Parts: sequence; C-alpha cells; structure tokens
Amino acid sequence: MIGLSHYLTLSAILFAISVAGIFLNRKNVIVLLMCVELLLLAVNFNFIAFSRYLDDVAGQVFVFFILTVAAAESAIGLAILVVLFRNRRSINVEELDTMRG
Amino acid sequence: MLTTVIFYLTAAVLVGAALGVITSRNPVHSALFLIVAFVSSAVLWLLLEAEFLAIVLVLVYVGAVMVLFLFVVMMLDINAATLREGFIRYAPLGAIVAGILVLELVSVIWYRNEGLPVGRELVPRAPDYSSTEELGRALYTDYLMPFELAAFLLLLAIVAAILLTMRQRPGLKAQDVSAQVRVRRGDRIRLVSMPAEAEPAAGAGEQGAGDPPGGRP
Repeated sequence: MIGLSHYLTLSAILFAISVAGIFLNRKNVIVLLMCVELLLLAVNFNFIAFSRYLDDVAGQVFVFFILTVAAAESAIGLAILVVLFRNRRSINVEELDTMRG
Repeated sequence: MLTTVIFYLTAAVLVGAALGVITSRNPVHSALFLIVAFVSSAVLWLLLEAEFLAIVLVLVYVGAVMVLFLFVVMMLDINAATLREGFIRYAPLGAIVAGILVLELVSVIWYRNEGLPVGRELVPRAPDYSSTEELGRALYTDYLMPFELAAFLLLLAIVAAILLTMRQRPGLKAQDVSAQVRVRRGDRIRLVSMPAEAEPAAGAGEQGAGDPPGGRP
C-alpha cells in the first residue's frame, strides 16, 4: 500500500541527492543548474502528492507556476552561461571572482 | 498491488537517475540522466492522477528545457576533467549533509506526522474525471492574475535570453532594415544638369557618377 509518506520520502531522498550534487559539483555551472532543476522537481513532487491526498487542486496550480518559473530560470541561466563562456572561455565557478572587489 | 510494483520500480529508476546526474563525469551524461529522472517522475505523477502535469513535464522539460541543456553542453567546449577537481574531497561532506537531510525529513514524515493524511486510502477518481479540466478551472478563475504574470514572465525570459546571447560581429554584412526604410531619394541620387555641348558628338551628359561641376538642379 503506497501512502502519502512513501511519496514524501521519495521526494526527500531526491531533494537530498540534489543538495549533495550541489556540494559535489561546485565547479561546473551546468551541473549546478541541473541540480537546481532536480531540487525543483522534488518540491513539485511534494506539491502533487499533497494535492492528491488532500483533494485540493491548488497544489497542481502551484506546480504549474513552478514549472513556468523553472523554465524561464533555466533559459536565462543558460543564456548567461553562454555569454560567460564566450567572454572567459571557461565555466569554472572558482574563476568567476571578478566582482569580488 | 500493481500500483505498488510500479511505484517501487519507478522510484528506484528515479533515485538511480538522480545519482547519475550528480556523479557522472560527462555533463552530456548528466543531462541524459536528468531526462530519465523527468520521465520516471512523470510516471509517478500519473500514479497520483495528475495527468496534465505529467504530460506537461514530459513536453516542456524533456522536449524543451533538456534539449536546451544538451545544446548548451555540446556547444561549449568544456574541459570536464578540471571541473571535477575536488569532487572526491567534497564527497564526504555532501554525503553527510544529504544523510542528515534525509534522516530529518524521514523522521518528520514517518514519526511526527500529526495532521497529515498519511493513513488515507486513495480512492481512484471516476472515469470521467478530468484533471486538466479541474486545473484549468482553478487557473482561469482563482489564479487568473498569477497566470497572466507567469505569461509576462515567460515573455521577459524570451527577451532577456535573446538580448543576452545576441552579438554583433565586426565585419558582418547584415541588412539594416530601419536604415533601408529611412533612406530618402536625395541620399542616393543626385541629378546634375549639364550644359549642352555645341557639337552633338557624345550625346547627353552623364548623370550621377563622378563629381561634375554644376550642382543640383
């Protein structure tokens, strides 16, 4: 019998994996962006599970908005990444210290 | 029973794909693992009877966002080896943080779940229930203003992404349409009146080329 707790646990595991991914790949901006997408997916999982088990469609509406914002975020993030690579020939996070002052 | 089997299989695929995203050496492999993760979570969303969002996840994420990721990964010439320096060094820290996070969340979900409908048995929806219809009804009545704002946000993202990546190469021969439209007759052509010669030998004077004396008529 699959209950709400199973879905929430799966979402928690997914969230923890992507947080660990942000720790591990702290130099590669592309993989960092992918980890952010995975984080948002875990959050969406919670929203959908609660929406189903509480019989409230508002959860799905929020997932809809999160998907919209995440798509916009990844488009702009990748555009910034392309411009960055064009200027610096590198996407290493540790070399992005121009604004340190 | 079948639901349980599908849940555990798909959840295993999802967790494995997520681990693949964060551990694979090549960013292209990471992107492909992420596609697997999105597809398997769409399957799980179908189990939760959120059909519209599952299809949207496949269409928008796998079809658009991940293709964008793959394009960028393949377009940039990345030296993956230097970007993985410190991977082993930070691995214990990441594992510890992830373990603590999972323990905390699991303890809350399984042992401190007062008020959550954890024991609720799901009743399958009626065959004529449409999650698209319900979502659309909520979206166009209660959430109309956020919906319009989301549309505006997408427009903003389009403009920002194009503006960021557009560049003018020096020496590029491109059409400048506004300059073409703005041009007037006087900028391009100059009529010169030449005095007629006495002998009709070479015919009428040439127009335009060179800088003959006389000026404009």
